[in-house]
Amino acid sequence: MSKYTVAVLVRNQSGVLNRVTSLFRRRQFNISALTVSETESSELSRITVVFEGEEDYKQQLVNQLYKLPDVCSIKEFNSDNSISCELLLIKLVNDPDTRDEIRTASEAFGAVVVDYSKESIMLRLTDESHKIDDFINLMRDYTILEICRTGSVSLEKGGNTIRQMINF
Amino acid sequence: MRLTGSDILVRTLIEQGCDTVFGYPGGQILHVYDSLYKYQDEIHHVLTAHEQGAAHAADGYARTTGRVGVVIATSGPGATNLVTGIATAHLDSIPMVAICGNVPTNQIGTDSFQEVDITGVTLPITKHNYFVGDVGELADVVREAFTLAQSGRPGPVLIDIPKDVQMAVGDYAPAAPVQPISPQPAKEVRIQEAAKIITSARRPYIYFGGGVVSAGAGEELLALAERIDAPLGCSMMGLSVLPTDHPRFLGMQGMHGHLASTKAMSGADLILALGVRFNDRATGNRAKFSHGADIIHIDVDGSELAKNIGVTCGLRGDLKETLRGLLDILPAARKPAWWEMIATYKEEENANQDTRPGMTPKNVLERLNAHLEADTPVATDVGQHQMWSAQYLNFKTPRRFVSSGGLGTMGFGMGAAMGAAFGTGKRSVLITGDGSFGMSLQELATAVTYQIPMVILIFNNGVLGMVRQWQTLFFEKHYSATVLGRKTDFVALAKAFGAWGEKVDCLEDLDGALSRAFDASGPYVLDCKIDADELVLPMLPPGGSMDDLIMKVEGKI
Repeated sequence: MSKYTVAVLVRNQSGVLNRVTSLFRRRQFNISALTVSETESSELSRITVVFEGEEDYKQQLVNQLYKLPDVCSIKEFNSDNSISCELLLIKLVNDPDTRDEIRTASEAFGAVVVDYSKESIMLRLTDESHKIDDFINLMRDYTILEICRTGSVSLEKGGNTIRQMINF
Repeated sequence: MRLTGSDILVRTLIEQGCDTVFGYPGGQILHVYDSLYKYQDEIHHVLTAHEQGAAHAADGYARTTGRVGVVIATSGPGATNLVTGIATAHLDSIPMVAICGNVPTNQIGTDSFQEVDITGVTLPITKHNYFVGDVGELADVVREAFTLAQSGRPGPVLIDIPKDVQMAVGDYAPAAPVQPISPQPAKEVRIQEAAKIITSARRPYIYFGGGVVSAGAGEELLALAERIDAPLGCSMMGLSVLPTDHPRFLGMQGMHGHLASTKAMSGADLILALGVRFNDRATGNRAKFSHGADIIHIDVDGSELAKNIGVTCGLRGDLKETLRGLLDILPAARKPAWWEMIATYKEEENANQDTRPGMTPKNVLERLNAHLEADTPVATDVGQHQMWSAQYLNFKTPRRFVSSGGLGTMGFGMGAAMGAAFGTGKRSVLITGDGSFGMSLQELATAVTYQIPMVILIFNNGVLGMVRQWQTLFFEKHYSATVLGRKTDFVALAKAFGAWGEKVDCLEDLDGALSRAFDASGPYVLDCKIDADELVLPMLPPGGSMDDLIMKVEGKI
């Protein structure tokens, strides 16, 4: 099993996300993370999909995506050719006994305190997904109140862009 | 010029070369029907008895002509009645454009009377679908739908048009008929790779399917077989691509395929799979399918390569162009040793022929063959009669076998046979069973209204034969819900609808009855009595491989 990140450039029209997720559902593709946003062009949206599986599973998913008329371009990423990151917000109980340990860990990971009250501390961390996993695992020693993470987004290193391979 | 949305729709259909549409009116599509009335000299609307019949008719029209079939229905139940027809076209990759009315845009999403989210419902069974919210987009949406339906791997596209968009006025500028996105051959390097594998094969076998029909690649297919000296077999969707009596053609393979083709595939060291998707009905047990043979798979839809079967070499590209690329570089070869093996397969098949006298399915269909012209379209429903038709009918012209392969839709045949008659301008034949016919016999009304010349041959065994066959073989003859025991008199029924009909109880009467049916100017029902215990053989049990092939079932069942 490998982890794959695939960026999909789609026409920015209502219902496109539904078409993509409906395809995942009916073909029984299991997705670990999915993000959607507008792009540098108002006509295009970008979907980033992260999933685990074998090579042929990935190929089938990409092939099926290419069949959707709303899909303009697809790019596969790995850690060598791209930069990926994810945003985490995590809220913990503000306990005087653990406060310093949490602060030390946060500093080590580069997490920032974004909210502070007598009862709780909220931290923000932007990093690669596996770093965020590590940080959450570390925080499990304390009392986690809530976690929210965005799923990974990726861009290719260097001057290439996904739009260069558009096949309208 | 300024036109209403409904006029723009009909004008665009005409502009795209659509001469016939099938459909059924209703409240939210009234404006479109008003435009159809206005342009009736340029576009012919066929009113069916049920929207499902209209969808199957558009499908039958498309299968026999290669052109896009068009069906029109109202919102809500009209639209949902199309669903089985659209799914049938989707599974068999048939170009179709389905047009539905919907409630006005300001009522969308409020659960109005006869409102249904048909773009949501049809999402998984269309290539693409559109909700047209602006009359300014309508003409281009129709054009894009026609392009998509025909391009690459064909399929159905649905357009949902709210009533206010049909009424709104917009600009219309006529355009030329769209062309399918131009077909590209597979990559040269892949063609080279495939040619190398083919050249080193000692026992090549060609397994082709519906993709060859869509691509119109029958000639190239035969040229390839001649060049490399290979026998050919096909999935059900490939039938009628080649003349049935062609010496290289071993017939349909798979669950109920010919023994010779099934054995040849088993004995091959190279399987050339062309325009097929390795459906479980065609392959049997996929794990044992390749038996170590190399597989070269060519398909226009890249997602089919390695979807169901791992292949040695997958080529994504238009079949006609890719086969031409192969023919450019493949040397001629002769495989006498392989043909000696093929001859033994054929002998074994011949030794197992059904030679019983009387009203057996084989004898009935052989009599029918004598009445078919080279270009008579033959539609079927689904079940035993469908498999017998696939096994025993003689085809001479491509696009003349019209049958629901992927979805296996009982009730498909009546609509499809009507659409085939409209598409080809020829008398069509429907081979059906009493079960399947019961699902769509209301379309007799349509066939009578339009005086469609149609021979409707019912294999009447009083049971749901195919399901019952599985119960016989795998469920200890527990005939649960498969014995119909109905009192329907199909001859009286035909007459009640205004058609002709007669009963055929013995083989001696069949020729005369067929002659009368083929001379009639409208629909003619032949109610042919056959034994309830007739089986479709040979049979690969579900999940079985060649070793499990059932050739004969001893004794009376």
